[in-house]
Amino acid sequence: MSATASPAPKATDDSTSGELPPAGDLQNAVIRFAGNSQDGIQTIGGLLAKLAGRSAREVMTYMTIPSTISGGPSIFQVHLGSGEVLSPGDESDFLIAFYQHSYDNHVSSLREGGVCIYDSDNVTPDPEANPGCQHVGVAITSTTVEALGGSRDRGKNLFVLGLITQLFKLDREKLVSLLERQFGGKGEEVLRNAMLAFDAGFAYQLGRDVIRQSYALREGISLDTDRIATDGNTAMLYGLIVGGIRHGAGYPITPWSPIMEGLRAELPKYGGLFVQAEDELAAVAMALGFSYAGHLSVTGSSGPGLSLKMEALSYGTMAELPLVVINVQRGGPSTGLPTSVEQSDLFQALYGSHGDSPRIVLAPKNVEDCFYTAIEACELARKYSCPVIVLTDQALATRVEAFREPNLDECLIESPPALETRGEEFKPYPLDGETRHAPPGTRMTGGKYPVVTGLEHDEWGHPSGSPEMHQRMNARRRDKLKRLADEIPAPNVFGEESGDVLLVGWGSTWGPIREATKRAQASGDSVSCVHLRHLNPLPGGLEDIFARFSHVLVVEMNDEGLYGFGQLTSLLRARYCDPKIRSICKTDGLTFKIREILDGIELHRHA
Amino acid sequence: MSATAESPQKLTKKELSADHPTWCPGCGDFAVLASFFKVLEKLQIPHEKICTIAGIGCSSRFPYFVNGHGVHFIHGRALPFASAVSLSRPDLHVFAFGGDGDGYSIGGNHLDHAARKNINLTYVVMDNFVYGLTKKQTSPTSPTGFKSKTDPAGSIDQPINPMRKLVSNGASFVARSHASQVKHMMEMFERAILHPGFSVVEVLSECVIFYPGAFDSGNPRKGGEFAEIDEKKWDNSSEDETRHDTTSVEAAFRLASEPFPGKFGVYLEVDRPTKNQLEQKWIDSSREKTKNASAKDLLSKRFAMMK
Repeated sequence: MSATASPAPKATDDSTSGELPPAGDLQNAVIRFAGNSQDGIQTIGGLLAKLAGRSAREVMTYMTIPSTISGGPSIFQVHLGSGEVLSPGDESDFLIAFYQHSYDNHVSSLREGGVCIYDSDNVTPDPEANPGCQHVGVAITSTTVEALGGSRDRGKNLFVLGLITQLFKLDREKLVSLLERQFGGKGEEVLRNAMLAFDAGFAYQLGRDVIRQSYALREGISLDTDRIATDGNTAMLYGLIVGGIRHGAGYPITPWSPIMEGLRAELPKYGGLFVQAEDELAAVAMALGFSYAGHLSVTGSSGPGLSLKMEALSYGTMAELPLVVINVQRGGPSTGLPTSVEQSDLFQALYGSHGDSPRIVLAPKNVEDCFYTAIEACELARKYSCPVIVLTDQALATRVEAFREPNLDECLIESPPALETRGEEFKPYPLDGETRHAPPGTRMTGGKYPVVTGLEHDEWGHPSGSPEMHQRMNARRRDKLKRLADEIPAPNVFGEESGDVLLVGWGSTWGPIREATKRAQASGDSVSCVHLRHLNPLPGGLEDIFARFSHVLVVEMNDEGLYGFGQLTSLLRARYCDPKIRSICKTDGLTFKIREILDGIELHRHA
Repeated sequence: MSATAESPQKLTKKELSADHPTWCPGCGDFAVLASFFKVLEKLQIPHEKICTIAGIGCSSRFPYFVNGHGVHFIHGRALPFASAVSLSRPDLHVFAFGGDGDGYSIGGNHLDHAARKNINLTYVVMDNFVYGLTKKQTSPTSPTGFKSKTDPAGSIDQPINPMRKLVSNGASFVARSHASQVKHMMEMFERAILHPGFSVVEVLSECVIFYPGAFDSGNPRKGGEFAEIDEKKWDNSSEDETRHDTTSVEAAFRLASEPFPGKFGVYLEVDRPTKNQLEQKWIDSSREKTKNASAKDLLSKRFAMMK
């Protein structure tokens, strides 16, 4: 929060009134909802994100999900802002604590002067736990039960949403219309109860004596375009459909499952089909089968499942079949931390298969980029006829952001099987051209039909054990990725083009790295950053960028390894032989805090 | 499709043959290939609609020897690959070929699921009771006591009973044949191909190098007996009562439990909806619900919900 609050007394009923700042003065606010996963706190987050999308405000959410079946402690954090919002926020300005455990575990996340609203029906606050914050007790449970006239405590989430709406002077009308859309289809009574709970929260008398300050958010810079709000997995799913994916197969695993569930439900509407396979091996085999049949297809998984797909993926490289593979990274190795974020699958994405099996690897930087990276993956898979792995992660998969509505006229691709008759000269693997398959059903006027194989083969796809042919075909499979490297533009440097520190990131660390860079720059520090969306092949021009900085620090959520370097760092050091490339790594299962990156810079400067 | 009109010449063995098989002289798989050609000649499936898919093993080299669209995939995963081809391309005739190791060992799980889902394709297993390509290791169908490089003192594990596996996993057409009986194989292949759904033919196909004589007891020319299943004719005769009811899972299990070499013919032939049909039904009803909206309209509507 840019508006400063005076140090808060510890009592809930303290009535010292400070000077109220003018309405609409807050630049941004971080609100953390802490409850259990079945309380529907994600619903509040989702609605607030949509509201932000409609109000020209930026939003980023962050959630933790228990990896247990019956639910358990869960948080949903919303960062609302009138300017650019790049991270979920290191500390929160507001905490809404539903239970004692929510309070105990999260009260320390509040910044100095932050406000803790706790459910006085369930929580006994401990003034010593975070002396710098203000406590406000609200009988969330009993007021909700009373408002709904029942005995069950469902609807607490909407009560809290009403409370937040009141507190931040959010656009009530827009929220009500969002509620009507969300609950309207579920029957009159559901909508009525939702509205009752919401209104009860909205009308709840917090009073100036309790909340001593106006928290009205400043209006965002108004945009002339429509914006949509969604999470990374959903953005990825629709990106795939826009990219022309109509077929695919998968196997359930957290946090990939929502993408496959979405594809299973959506693709039939587009005349397509997504199959739930019996295992990861069958899933990737089916996906390759769809692609062979002429329909570019998708499979996906998370860490352990990607490992299981590795043998078939190298078939994809050898047979040169197009395929899109989504890997939603989570904490590893093994079952690891299934609901936490990590970026430790880069090496397996690049090198997890046997043999020399080059493939394209991309990583989206934020929710919006999940959408466009999925489209790009489809285009590259078709163009270069090979597997493309997209590395997203748990945090990106589950967080919500608002972004400009995609222009379908510009990006929608439809690509039916290419079954036109092939002539006698047909060669699927020409040594001097791009791979083009003749899917089954294609007539071959030469009379000879192609067999697609995992054995080394010649230009016609016929098995060949010739030492020379293996060399040439290996080169062919590698050189097409080098051609792609020539097409990728060098990434832009954010900040000065030369200086002391260059931060390098990949994937979902884009936001925190950019915010850390801005903060360092604001304090007069020479820090710039560059972000990689293409990890294999790497874009050209990096060497020149690196040469202009004294320190090149790669920020990544994986282990520093035996030699002190994270996975991308190792790759860049091997590629550019530059000893000034070093790592800021961590594996605590949480997204980077701005402070952690800034501390990392200082550590390396004085190393 | 107009494709048939464009290829008026009759499809014969000449057009259907590709590479000369790399199998050892005397291998049972030659007869399987010859029978397959003959059935294709009889059925006159349009050339470009023939798609053969295999995994890894001696018999899995089948697609190289058939001049048609083919796939030589990885070990054990031919069926999921073939399933996707079948599900997304109803215009094709999809065939999967493989051996006992590929189908009952490394690919055993996929066989269960392709069968229970009743994917519309025909799967031929050339069962030789041994790993041949890797030169004589114990296979999932090797009988107890079989001496191999991995069981020098004789195999100790109970073998899989393929017919029981196939009946129990829900395959809607299950037949058994012997590579020494070309006419019988042809009949089984033809019925399998014409069966709508997951049809599988288990063929005892001798490996003359690593397990010679394995199937002599089912071969009259080697002093054995080729006992064919007497199928019910549904003629209300008294003889008919003892004949085999191919729609009965219980009867199929009884046949499957007979001691080796057992009976040859159709064990099971049931009519139930294929996954192909059921998925298409869902696609059709989804398209109907959205009034055949274009991709752009569907997506625009979805984006509107995200506002």
